[in-house]
Amino acid sequence: MSITQSLRRTGLPRLFVHGAILVIALLWLLPTLGIFVSSLRDKDQITVSGWWTAFSGAAQTQAVRLDDPTRQTQDATGFVIKGTLLDGAGKTVTAFGTRVQEPAAYPADQIADLGEGVSLKVSADGSYELRKATAFEGDRGQRVYLTVMTPPAFTFDNYRTVLNAEGIGKAFINSLTVTIPATVIPILIAAFAAYALAWMEFPGRAILIAVVVGLIVVPLQMSLIPLLKMYNGVGALLGVPSKTYAGIWLAHTAFGMPLAIYLLRNYIAGLPKEIIESARVDGASDFEIFTKIVLPLSFPALASFAIFQFLWVWNDLLVAMVFLGTDKDHLVLTGALNALLGSRGGNWEILTASAFITIIVPLFVFFALQRYLVRGLLAGSVKGG
Amino acid sequence: MTGQIVSAVGVMIAGVFACAAYYWLSDKLLNAALPVRGADIFADSRNLNRRAVIRPWLFIGPALLLLAAYLVYPVVATLWLSFFDRSGDAFVGLDNYRWALTDSEFRQSIFNNILWLAVVPAACTFLGLVIAVLTDRIWWGNIAKSIVFMPMAISFVGASVIWKFVYEYRGAGTQIGLLNAIVTWFGGDPQVWISLPFWNNFFLMAILIWIQSGFAMVILSAALRGIPEETIEAAVIDGANGWQIFWKIMVPQIWGTIAVVWTTITILVLKVFDIVLTMTNGQWNTMVLANLMFDWMFRGGGDSGRAAVIALIIMAAVTPIMVWNIRQANKENGG
Repeated sequence: MSITQSLRRTGLPRLFVHGAILVIALLWLLPTLGIFVSSLRDKDQITVSGWWTAFSGAAQTQAVRLDDPTRQTQDATGFVIKGTLLDGAGKTVTAFGTRVQEPAAYPADQIADLGEGVSLKVSADGSYELRKATAFEGDRGQRVYLTVMTPPAFTFDNYRTVLNAEGIGKAFINSLTVTIPATVIPILIAAFAAYALAWMEFPGRAILIAVVVGLIVVPLQMSLIPLLKMYNGVGALLGVPSKTYAGIWLAHTAFGMPLAIYLLRNYIAGLPKEIIESARVDGASDFEIFTKIVLPLSFPALASFAIFQFLWVWNDLLVAMVFLGTDKDHLVLTGALNALLGSRGGNWEILTASAFITIIVPLFVFFALQRYLVRGLLAGSVKGG
Repeated sequence: MTGQIVSAVGVMIAGVFACAAYYWLSDKLLNAALPVRGADIFADSRNLNRRAVIRPWLFIGPALLLLAAYLVYPVVATLWLSFFDRSGDAFVGLDNYRWALTDSEFRQSIFNNILWLAVVPAACTFLGLVIAVLTDRIWWGNIAKSIVFMPMAISFVGASVIWKFVYEYRGAGTQIGLLNAIVTWFGGDPQVWISLPFWNNFFLMAILIWIQSGFAMVILSAALRGIPEETIEAAVIDGANGWQIFWKIMVPQIWGTIAVVWTTITILVLKVFDIVLTMTNGQWNTMVLANLMFDWMFRGGGDSGRAAVIALIIMAAVTPIMVWNIRQANKENGG
């Protein structure tokens, strides 16, 4: 089948669809890939070549000096200075030159005629031979420019540095300390409330549901100032620090509560009526119905919300900065990364490695539990993020 | 460090246990306080009724308490504080509002916020819709969807680092930022993208669009699948082409979902803070309201009055969406 035939078979529009999606996928993937590749590169290479060249190695121009004429020896054809110009293993010379205007005038292994009967050959491995029929004079060696290919160098050094010296390891523990309780506690509280709103009769139920839906979109910014004042007041009153883990757990629990109640109520209200009615007829109390029937049946909704809350708390910067502070001991990963952006703005080996550590946990959760996340999104698309 | 892990695990277990214990104990207490012994049928039925009245509040109590303390009270308190001075002690009337009207930084933020609101929700919804439609037609569509959806898991700070690396500018030598490398490859001059007047806003918006398009795609993709086959078949029989089917058959049927996606991203845009803080911290005319508000909370010891005014502006912008959401929810619950 010729190309035109196969083209006609797939159809140009179809080819266009493949092309468009490929471009989009690349656009979405490359930025993240960039920091991942860079975080594993040698820190000197990051600054001299783009990360997309990481696998082909980096070419660098260096200026070196050959040995001075005192090292010359004489053989059958004349005088010669020999030596080697490369120290690092794995490096290769691809070109050389003697003038700064043309640093790559001759390819490696070629014999270059430098005039006045002098010839120079630099081999790929860095060894050179400078020849002349008569003796070399002067006391300084010839200046030579080399184009050196450095082989791809990958290392875990950047990760070692950021985990220990830059405090990312500590921040990682802090993030876990904040995130896990702030994910588990709201589930429990919201599930009880959701059950009450779905299956128990009491006055004001409809209004409460409306209030919860309304609170979903209230911007965090509205809460920050009074809460900050409240925390400082309570801290001063009880003689305890105002910025504690317990404080941030409660804050995250409360901020996640409207969405949690909304999602769980919708799910729990959708459970088959017969199951709950028949349990009631059998004399089960609401507490028993909830813990033995509703909770196990609601697992998918609980999982969806748990993922939401986990991602939201782990990725949050604002609440952590306000309620946990920005001192080094209490920084969570996002806060630590933000601080590094200020203090280590140009050190990409540190920034990329730190950034990758902050995103690896949510990415893992995301890919492992994508199904539940999508389900939750579809159920709760009223929420404002 | 191990000490912290141990104490964190300990406190976590204690916290969860305390929560569970509250519900269990309060239920037991209620049953004990209003006993049903089977001796006196009238007393029993009275107690059962009382239990039924009290129990919902035991279940819903902790949640209500949290909502009241962390969301309802602060909304009122913020409104209150907006009429007071920087420390919240002296009443200053409308001074803070007057300040907002004349402050150039505030105006800049409003302008930028409007720019964000005009661009980001539209771009996310459009991209999400296009990607959802296109990926449904090819065999590797689900892989592409996962890739586009992935940034949803990445924090705004992480995404900012990722994109700062893309926008990286080097005065001399090889460009190591992807964008400048592409520009120089095509023969252009490398630029300092994030301080480029006016256009730098769009380079910050690109980050949010990159994060949120996946959300739009997932929701719209589900909505597109929900369109009845017959409507499309009927259109095909009537001779409609792909373009017409998309605009005249598919889009009108998912109009409600498009509105949900649009409003959800609108709310997110109003609250955008991390991206601007980490990329520019409002320099080079990129300030937005949420960032300005955070700034005033701590600037020079903090000014709660001005910060409260800015928060209220954000709240006011969200309110119409809030009302609409409540109406929708009430409709779903049968009015």
